[in-house]
Amino acid sequence: MTPLGLYEPGGSVLHRAPAGPKLLTVVALAAAVVLLDSPWWLGGALAAVLAGYVVARVPRRRWWPLVRTLVIVSVVVFAVQWWLLGATTAAVVCLRLVTALAAASLFTLTTRVDDVVSTVERVVRPLQRFGVRPEMVGLLVGLTVQAIATLSGIAGEVRAAAKARGADRSPTAFVVPFLVRTLRHADQLGEALAARGTGDR
Amino acid sequence: MIEFDGVGHTYDTNPVVSDVDTKLDQRRVAFVGANGSGKSTVARMINGLVVPTRGHVRVNGLDTASEGRKVRKHVGFVFTNPDSQIVMPTAGEDVAFSLRGSGLSKKERAARAAEVLAEYGLDPEHPAHQLSGGQKQLLALCSMLVLDPDVLVCDEPTTLLDLRNKRRFTELLGLLRQQVVLVTHDLDLLDDFDRVLVFDDGRVVADDEPAAAVRYYRNLVS
Repeated sequence: MTPLGLYEPGGSVLHRAPAGPKLLTVVALAAAVVLLDSPWWLGGALAAVLAGYVVARVPRRRWWPLVRTLVIVSVVVFAVQWWLLGATTAAVVCLRLVTALAAASLFTLTTRVDDVVSTVERVVRPLQRFGVRPEMVGLLVGLTVQAIATLSGIAGEVRAAAKARGADRSPTAFVVPFLVRTLRHADQLGEALAARGTGDR
Repeated sequence: MIEFDGVGHTYDTNPVVSDVDTKLDQRRVAFVGANGSGKSTVARMINGLVVPTRGHVRVNGLDTASEGRKVRKHVGFVFTNPDSQIVMPTAGEDVAFSLRGSGLSKKERAARAAEVLAEYGLDPEHPAHQLSGGQKQLLALCSMLVLDPDVLVCDEPTTLLDLRNKRRFTELLGLLRQQVVLVTHDLDLLDDFDRVLVFDDGRVVADDEPAAAVRYYRNLVS
């Protein structure tokens, strides 16, 4: 399971909330944390997002991998930023990053991809007169969200295979099979979508 | 009814399928042959995934080259690797995805998907990528059956399955109302089929009932 998780079934108020307003809130929050530069305000925004996890009753098996990933990323980013720009700026950058990623992950954990796709389709429908195909844009968004899980799975298998051959420190042993498998997956997915009549409508 | 009328296919300058001339109207038809023998290319021609460079393929009278969109409403396709077919994160969403453009409301699509999944013992809420190999292949089958096609083409659908799931999947194919075209290397699974076509070097070299066709194929590769 990828740390930036996909939908976790549940009946909380966040699960029941419509996808459109939730998506708008996440976008607004992401914009706000870029504009804010007070660690206190950013800390408040992060606390609000964490409260969302409590409200949504996200189980530990889903939030723990996310915490682990965010801690690793934060430590690296903080160290670099501290060295370059000082401790306060480093804290601000890390808080922005963690808040935005945690909010995006909370959105995907509490929203079905199908609902996201339908919302995107609704939003871009007025552009139909300019030749935009809402169902294709919606599908693009859905596949992008799905790609997180798929690529994580491929990366895990490729890493395991490299390790089995004693090549776990070789970038080539990871990058080459990862690219080949990703491209092959894209090819097969395209064929499967064509077989299901996607693009025919 | 599937008709191949003088069909050939060439990739660049390499002929991969030549002179396929046959009609398939039996309920259970299988294609066997070595890797690269052209059987998967011919199977892909049935729903227009591959268009012949020579001749015509027709399904229920519809030409796959000029009426591909209509043909795909009649023909479902199940691939070898179900992971490549899963588009949505949960089983229910993935099956409902097939019904987009069907005119049904979102609720109706979800209900229809749940109904089909229930027939095969799958939970619509289950994360699709966390299903077992056998269940994923069932999900791929459900995502096609929900469209109620007349023909179902399955390209080596049992290759990644264990023996129990192989048998179960093949038994399920036997129970379907659809005409089934199965591409396979599992010769043991062909007993209940009506007709088996053996491919070699892009041509149909034998076309018979299962026992005779399998015997021919075993002699060919020995």
